[in-house]
Amino acid sequence: MSTVDDNAHDVHGDGTDHETESHDSDPTSKDDGAGVAVLFFIIGLAASLVIGWLVFPKLLYSKKQQPFDFNHSLHMELVDDGCESCHFFRQDGTYAGLPQLAQCTGCHEEVQGDTKDEAIFVEEYVSKNREVPWLVYSRQPDCVFFSHAAHVKMGQMDCVTCHGHIGESTGLPDYEENRITGYSRDIWGRNLENMLFLKKNTWDRMKMDDCAECHMKETGRMTSVQTQKDGCFVCHK
Amino acid sequence: MALGIGTTAGITLSPLPWKITDDLSIWTQNWPWTPVPADGEATDTNSACMLCPGGCGVTVRKIGNRVVKVEGMKGHPVNDGGICALGLAAPQLLYSPTRVKSPMKKINGSWRKISWDDAIAEIAAKLIELRAAGKSHTVACIAESDRGTVPLLWSRLLTVYGSPNFMRPATMEDAYSLVMEKTQGHHGVPGFDLENADFVLSLGCGIIEGWGSPVRMFKAHSQWKNKHAKLVQVEPRLSNTAAKADQWLAIKPGTEAQLALGLAHVILSESLFHRPFTDNFSDGFESCKQAILSQFHPDRVAESTGIPAETIRSLGRAFAGAKHPIAICGRGQGHVPGSFQETAAVYLLNALVGNIGQKGGVWAMPEPEYVNWPEVEMDSVAANAMQQTRMDGAGGEHYPDARYLLTRLPEMINAGIGDGVQVLFISGANPAYTLPGSQAARKALARIPFKVSFSTHMDETAEMADMILPNHCFLERYEDVPVTSGLTKPMVNLAVPVLQPLYDTKHVGDVIIALARSLGGNIAAAFPWKNYQACLKKTLGDRWAHLTEETYWVDNNYRPTQWQDGFETATGKFIFPDAKRLNRSPLAAQGDLTLIACDSMCLSSGSVGTPPFLIKTVPDTVLKDLYMVVEMNPKTAAALQLKEGSNAVLSTQRGAARVKVHFSEGIMPGLVAMQRGLGHSAYDKYLAGKGVNINELMGPVDDPDSGYDAAWGISASLTKA
Repeated sequence: MSTVDDNAHDVHGDGTDHETESHDSDPTSKDDGAGVAVLFFIIGLAASLVIGWLVFPKLLYSKKQQPFDFNHSLHMELVDDGCESCHFFRQDGTYAGLPQLAQCTGCHEEVQGDTKDEAIFVEEYVSKNREVPWLVYSRQPDCVFFSHAAHVKMGQMDCVTCHGHIGESTGLPDYEENRITGYSRDIWGRNLENMLFLKKNTWDRMKMDDCAECHMKETGRMTSVQTQKDGCFVCHK
Repeated sequence: MALGIGTTAGITLSPLPWKITDDLSIWTQNWPWTPVPADGEATDTNSACMLCPGGCGVTVRKIGNRVVKVEGMKGHPVNDGGICALGLAAPQLLYSPTRVKSPMKKINGSWRKISWDDAIAEIAAKLIELRAAGKSHTVACIAESDRGTVPLLWSRLLTVYGSPNFMRPATMEDAYSLVMEKTQGHHGVPGFDLENADFVLSLGCGIIEGWGSPVRMFKAHSQWKNKHAKLVQVEPRLSNTAAKADQWLAIKPGTEAQLALGLAHVILSESLFHRPFTDNFSDGFESCKQAILSQFHPDRVAESTGIPAETIRSLGRAFAGAKHPIAICGRGQGHVPGSFQETAAVYLLNALVGNIGQKGGVWAMPEPEYVNWPEVEMDSVAANAMQQTRMDGAGGEHYPDARYLLTRLPEMINAGIGDGVQVLFISGANPAYTLPGSQAARKALARIPFKVSFSTHMDETAEMADMILPNHCFLERYEDVPVTSGLTKPMVNLAVPVLQPLYDTKHVGDVIIALARSLGGNIAAAFPWKNYQACLKKTLGDRWAHLTEETYWVDNNYRPTQWQDGFETATGKFIFPDAKRLNRSPLAAQGDLTLIACDSMCLSSGSVGTPPFLIKTVPDTVLKDLYMVVEMNPKTAAALQLKEGSNAVLSTQRGAARVKVHFSEGIMPGLVAMQRGLGHSAYDKYLAGKGVNINELMGPVDDPDSGYDAAWGISASLTKA
């Protein structure tokens, strides 16, 4: 049974296989070439994986400092109503978010204690009547409609579910700002496992899929024919 | 190559491309020009609208400190939750890029910032100099109104300083007031009990186009539909009001008085008038009756008005036969006062059917009476100056009955009569745009050596001024807003600041008080208040607490004086108008083509510049790209060889403008109609340079009886361009 190759080797018709000669020295160089190619492939792959998974996330975010440090834990001891003492719902049901300066001045008219941060707060903001330009870890893009009332009041969710144990913290973490979008890294997740969708806690990241995951589990309505998830317009009004 | 493939594979398997794609898409949402709604607490504050004299209450919605919406105030006696398009667009006026952000002085033709103290000191020095030279009467002020504390502070300043030249634009309300004074001896304003009328004869009033108090009129109009009251609209063009009326009578413009008297003829000749009223409570009825019967036979009136005699007869019978008929006049939004003859003829119809002071009729309303400051003590300079004739001739030899004749001022200045005007204050008005014959008005303004504008926005007059001392915008300041506009309840609104002033502006009331203080002596003594707010609080007295809480005060129990209690004339009776004054021929003769003006709720034609939201509502039958579109009957156009959409030049003796032609069967042949409110040269790119200002083409026509502007149209020619 002749193969195509056999026929090809016999094209000269003189019974001499010219190709065979040249093939004698080639097998090693061919293997070398493939080896080198594989090596380069692996080098490229490894380098780009390192760049993509490790370097890029570092480059993408810049570290920013809050105007001054804040101790949630200390304040929690002093208030009666937990998080809602400062992060309250207004009378009309809307959520006030970060406290305005006016809420703080009741106690912080004068410097309390002797920390550097307290001094900054009173001197730079309270006495000058300037709102504190906090960098907000949980700020979402404007295209996302989010109602705290729907989640906290109607859905009876805990603050911790999304915000983690920030209320027990004694200081504020660095704010890692996305150089392209300006939003905090907390939305995407700070750790490698979060990037691999292997988050441990519900508050580890808060991208659209994380919202959708909970919505699927809790509401299970699947009102959107296209996505088989909740309708886009639940959040993207 | 292997490296490339490996790298590509690695990159693809890393989050890099996906994350960058995602982030870039989010980045596109954060471009600085993408509008992002402000975040913060939502609050609603009640205040009063000051964009027209309508007197609506508004509820201003803020998010944080940002005004996001202006709505009609629920429960307000004028608008009860309703609002017009201009009021709705008020946030755009507040945040307009054409706001004047600080006091400014024109130096060598360009604007420079100046401090408030320097500005006031400079004006005071000029005023002191003029007064010392015996020329205090050459200081004039044009204000938006003569009611309420701010206009009264102006007129008080001028009086005690020594100038009779405080002016404001006159409107149909002035024509009505004059007729009421002559017939009833009443010094006040008209009220129209339209909600209770069941037959409304409107001689050209833009009922749903901004006549009277616009939102109140929308509501009254709806009520008529619900209770089957009849509306007869008489005007040469199918306006929105005419289109929604039960009957539309196309009349030759300017002959409305003739029609009213023709209807009076029908009522008198067929004895349909209210005999108890004419017999017992009136004087001069017989002579008036004879004059009308001899001069205004329906056949004759049919000829002049173009309305068939039989229609006039049936309309006269229907009007007199209704239970609560009312006749009203004031063309369009009523910005032009109109002739005494016309207003008197329409008023006479009401008297004939006995609706004066009755349910569904015309009521004599008091002038707002809450400002009771002590009389000023004038020194000899002021006392002498106040004896001088006013620059505009109002109250003078020719026009003793008129109070303000602002439309005559440009002519007087341009003719160089008297000492002219050396200093002009312009507060809440934009005469360079709104005065009819605006080219002449601008020429006159240019002759005034020192003009100070108090405008919130850079309007045409502010551009011409030598100094601008910007007032707070109406959402940033306290001010009382006395409301008349044909209401049947005496009312005062209080505008309250809903946010801190955005810029370095100052309340005009505070500037007046500061100026008076700088002038010293009697002048300073006439202004004893610490500041404007103190003045306002003191003036409103017991009402202050109520007004700051409710933002309006209304007398729901007001009833006009009943006939048996006597009118305010010498005899205590209603005096029918002088037959001589009624029997005048129409004011201007018609040429082959006549230009008439029309009004719309889509455009503000007064001192407030139309905001961008409203410009969006202007149809392309009014404004096509940058071209003004004029409306004409196809028959008229055929004679002029014009086609739909063709370009033409519209000329009058006042000026000429390029326009586009739009055909409509809803306008009488021989007419060409143009909307008021366009053709601004000032303001932003949304308004400036669009269309034509009709005031450039139409000038004032002095009514021979009163001197008020009675122009309803002008002879024009239209040629193909």
